[in-house]
Amino acid sequence: MKRKSKFILTIVALFVTLGLVTAACNHNDDSASGNCDKVDKVKLQLQWFTQAQFAGYYAAVEQGYYSDLCLDVEILQGAVEIVPITVLTTGGADFAISWVPKVFGPIEGGSDVVNIAQVFERSGTLQVSFKDSNINSVSDLDGKRVGNWGFGNEFELLAGLKKNNLDPDSDVQLTQQAFDMSALLNRDIDAAQAMIYNEYAQVLEAINPDTSQLYTADDLNIIDWNDEGTAMLQDAIWADKSKLESDSNYRDIATRFVEGSLEGWIWCRDNPTPCVEVVLKNAPTLGRSHQTWQLNEINGLIWPSSNDVSVMNINLANQTARVATEEDIVESNPGSDWYRTDIAEAATKNLKDKGHDVRGLSWQKATVTLLEGGK
Amino acid sequence: MGKKLFLLLNKAAVRRILIFIAFLVLLALAYTAYKAFGQALDDRQRDWWFIGSFFPRTDDRNMPPILDILSEFGKSPRIGGETYISQLFSGALFTLREAFVAFVVGSIVGLVLAVLLAQSKLAERGVMPWVIVSQTIPLIAITPLVVLWGQANLDFLPWEWKTWMSVSVIASYLTFFPVAVNGVRGLLSPSSEHLELMQSYGASRVSILWKIRFPASLPFLFTAFKLAATAAVVGAIVGEISTGVSGGQGLGKLIFEFARTYAAAPERLYLGVIGAGITGLFAFGLIVLVEKTILNSTGQQIRE
Repeated sequence: MKRKSKFILTIVALFVTLGLVTAACNHNDDSASGNCDKVDKVKLQLQWFTQAQFAGYYAAVEQGYYSDLCLDVEILQGAVEIVPITVLTTGGADFAISWVPKVFGPIEGGSDVVNIAQVFERSGTLQVSFKDSNINSVSDLDGKRVGNWGFGNEFELLAGLKKNNLDPDSDVQLTQQAFDMSALLNRDIDAAQAMIYNEYAQVLEAINPDTSQLYTADDLNIIDWNDEGTAMLQDAIWADKSKLESDSNYRDIATRFVEGSLEGWIWCRDNPTPCVEVVLKNAPTLGRSHQTWQLNEINGLIWPSSNDVSVMNINLANQTARVATEEDIVESNPGSDWYRTDIAEAATKNLKDKGHDVRGLSWQKATVTLLEGGK
Repeated sequence: MGKKLFLLLNKAAVRRILIFIAFLVLLALAYTAYKAFGQALDDRQRDWWFIGSFFPRTDDRNMPPILDILSEFGKSPRIGGETYISQLFSGALFTLREAFVAFVVGSIVGLVLAVLLAQSKLAERGVMPWVIVSQTIPLIAITPLVVLWGQANLDFLPWEWKTWMSVSVIASYLTFFPVAVNGVRGLLSPSSEHLELMQSYGASRVSILWKIRFPASLPFLFTAFKLAATAAVVGAIVGEISTGVSGGQGLGKLIFEFARTYAAAPERLYLGVIGAGITGLFAFGLIVLVEKTILNSTGQQIRE
């Protein structure tokens, strides 16, 4: 009996030690050095898993733009149940990337956050359909099965329908759509919601069974909400609002963080090929041609920039707030308290002083060839 | 050790493995047959309009051919990149680490609960309903909470809190339950003669627990451990998808990525399904090995 219990004890002890050892093993502290008196640690919460949508931040880490500004930035990737603004307000991150309309609700509910840099000027959301469905304009959606993702991704579509005198409840058949394009390819829906930098490319990476070749852009019609006037602002950098007002150190960190991030985005605009490699290095499961496409399209959402990059375009801010109010995302128009431009202005001024082009007026989209499965 | 391993691979074990493989082949054949039949029917559908889609979705997008799925293992998400099989392997290791910690933590919690619940009928009646209620709360409802706790200031811990540990906590939520429930049954399983004999010796509760109840509960506990091990893997995969682990790539992340790009490369999702299945089997097998070793040495019966 004694031998037996000793044996069991040993096994239990073994398991516990193993658990503790694996838990303790990954302890690494790397701190940036250089000409800094003090390096500030910063955590950035992304809205989604690592992909070229966030290339600029990864590039700023890899290229040392943050560490040049005495920042040690840790990027936290998003996931299905991660709400960046919640992470920001509960102190899990110092800054967060989020679409603007997804933050209006929390702000109305009392979340103390503010938009300090509107990185993307254009919306990447499309409604994609096959040519033979003859959906050439929003009003052609009348009577069609229209896919959307829900969860706050549907407002541009709903506003666009109403603007074209279609009742979303009765004139179209709104259908919940999964985060892939099978529903469109299987013809379960006539028009699918798609991000120009992700799901739209997925269709172009799939084999058309009729031709045994990849689908091409000629097979598809797109509705672009930027052209329809119901686009809402997407990726922006959010910060803790009152802390920015009360804590000058945090304000200083925020300015440096925006500057470093934008420098990363400028590098990705001017050096797309190495920038894609930075993304691929951080996300080994992703395909190269898909991420090359994605970065190209993301650049198209930023550049050319009507203001100095990330300084809020007031018209688009107002449009976003108006659509949000009309679509009942918020009860009353959020006005302009949800953003401030001084930090982005200070950051872009520093970049201009360093000789960077912060508008990218001459930038043009490249032609990216997608391979099967996004390889 | 080598001899012991060899003994475990006796005739019965070899037969089991063969049956398992035969079943897999049968499954693949059934899949292929369904697909072929459905496609043949689809070609004729114009004549048989009244039947409609009897065997729907048998095209290559919805049911990729088995050989395509198998050959996808050797492919890679990008030209010159790491192959899927190697990604799945390292993903499985990553997920197994989370699952292992979840298993240990959940089992300890489950054992402590079992000991408490076995002490008195009152404790069991009072606490057991809560243990059961805990399992009706879906995992996705507690993950946001665990993630937020994980981001709190945990400097008092002797190690740095990583996001994968939050995943382990989430997965351990699934593992403690079978251990607690089976543990109670096991601890209460000794016959009254055994207990009365010990009492007549004047044995304390603790020594009865340690010398009679605990050894008697081992077969019950191992049944629970087998459930807990597979639940830990499932919990870790779900946890990874919900929370987005930084600093590594587990099976959950891979499966999510495969599902999201299903339209462009449907074969991939099946790789994830197969990978998760094998990982779960592996965890299960490990427990069976430990069970056989321990129960053989104590001369107890394995509960099937």
